[in-house]
Amino acid sequence: MTLKLGIPSKGRLMEKTFDWFAARGVTLRKSGSEREYAGAVDGINGIELVLLSAGEVPRELDSGRIQLGVTGSDLVREKLSLWDQRVVEVSKMGFGGADLVIAVPQSWIDVDSLDDLDAVAAAFRAHHGFRLRIATKYHRLTREFLREYGVADYQLVDSQGATEGTIRNETAEAVADITSTGETLRANGLKILPDGMIHASQATLFRARRRNWTQAQRDTFKFLETKLNY
Amino acid sequence: MSADISQDIWDRARRYQSVLVGHGASITDADVLQPADTLLDLYGEDIRARTFTTQDPLRGEQMLRPDFTVPIVQQHMEFGAEPARYTYLGKVFRKQEAHETRPTEFVQVGFEVFDGKDVAAADAEVFATFADILADVPVAPMTGDIGILRAAVIGLKTSERRRAALMRHLWRPRRFRALLDRFGSVTPIPAARAALLSNANAMANLPVVLGLRSESEIALRIEALQDDAAIGPISSFERDLLASLLKVRETAPNALALLRDIAVDLPSISAAIDGLNMRLDAMAKRGIDVDALPFEAAYGRTSMEYYDGFVFGFSSNASLNIPPVATGGRYDALTVILGGGTGVPAVGGVIRPDLVALVEAAQ
Repeated sequence: MTLKLGIPSKGRLMEKTFDWFAARGVTLRKSGSEREYAGAVDGINGIELVLLSAGEVPRELDSGRIQLGVTGSDLVREKLSLWDQRVVEVSKMGFGGADLVIAVPQSWIDVDSLDDLDAVAAAFRAHHGFRLRIATKYHRLTREFLREYGVADYQLVDSQGATEGTIRNETAEAVADITSTGETLRANGLKILPDGMIHASQATLFRARRRNWTQAQRDTFKFLETKLNY
Repeated sequence: MSADISQDIWDRARRYQSVLVGHGASITDADVLQPADTLLDLYGEDIRARTFTTQDPLRGEQMLRPDFTVPIVQQHMEFGAEPARYTYLGKVFRKQEAHETRPTEFVQVGFEVFDGKDVAAADAEVFATFADILADVPVAPMTGDIGILRAAVIGLKTSERRRAALMRHLWRPRRFRALLDRFGSVTPIPAARAALLSNANAMANLPVVLGLRSESEIALRIEALQDDAAIGPISSFERDLLASLLKVRETAPNALALLRDIAVDLPSISAAIDGLNMRLDAMAKRGIDVDALPFEAAYGRTSMEYYDGFVFGFSSNASLNIPPVATGGRYDALTVILGGGTGVPAVGGVIRPDLVALVEAAQ
């Protein structure tokens, strides 16, 4: 039995992942044509490369269809409840950094904290008759974060893209969005709440629970670990 | 779950329900699918972590009932007449994101009393009925009273706005504590807030207003913040009183004496304490050993969001690590919300036959 390593199938994340493994003596490459989603591994035996969408990696790790996977730490936390009991962080990879933050309009000069956001949510509900809307793709992370801080009277509205535009379009009053520099948010008239950092994400190598691993898979993983830690 | 365990749980449920029918409750029922809006408006977004959601093409987002109380209250507010006693029996559905081993569906038997004639007697009736059903089961009762806590907040010498903010977070101890520290000037004012408050002309340089929250709403809030900055802190004396109130954990007669001491300095809780006293008398009349009955002022504060008066639970030995087998309480305010402004005094509780079976099996 080989160990299946799932990595993002396109773009910068794939390139950076290739570079990261190459720097550690493991060569990953796409096999066949540019458009094919098949891959190969050189420098270590017993590992099979699986190319898939970064968003599918958490689910595939959880189901045991892949044993190792590279994806954003935000996606694992969002998609797996009790994530730290289901997968293990093998290594943070130092790229793909992005912060999941809560942002509100710059015109809200009375809002500098979650405390203010909560107070505004109460007033907004009393005034408009519905709960203040926060647009996000990250429902679980945002909900757990706001519950932890005791923010009430809000609702999450789903936004799978261009989230920073939802406020201008009046489909949300605030956003919980991914940003690396905050530039897009600022350009859209938004500001990040100083205590509104939900999660600092980066590309991370995860492994699945080992319960059903064969001895060969365990040995391969041990060997891979020595390469990664060299 | 094996068929005979399941059979045993339904048998128990029917036995409990027949006891409740014997106490004058009429049998009622509720739909498994409930409109999500009502539940979301009541409990907020957090309920999504506890409730299964599904989609109906015509009716929109639906939830698998997490309890019966909300639909039973709605039915009563629409069709019922006082006094009324209801019982129901059926499965409720809960996501268990943090407790993988706990069941996601389980049978509940409920008892709800809508009777405002004698509130203390109705509280005692519900408690005594569950105590009676559980007479031979090794569980211990716990009682509390959210009404006393509410009365304490209402009595604080501070602005109406601050009292409302504290009341809104009564069920979130961490947030409540943070608000109290801020209103007590324990937490310093952040620099950005101080700058905003000292700027007499803050609205003049407002960045372009985006979204539905209007300029006038922002101006109103700044006014409110300025008003708030002008009033004095909630005194450490009052904050200490609240802290000692929340710490009360005693047998009922001792708790009553402690609360009376606190009421000397916090007279707003006197009426609620009289209510507790009357409830204990009513319980004694029903044969409850009130001298040994535990009372905890903070009981029900984190998990029983819609209760606003008497609260109770029956729990097994902590080593079993299961939720209370029966819980209940008074929820007058919920009937006001669901009744569109008019409410009725209401108290009720539920029992879980599966947990009773677990407790008995562990004996």
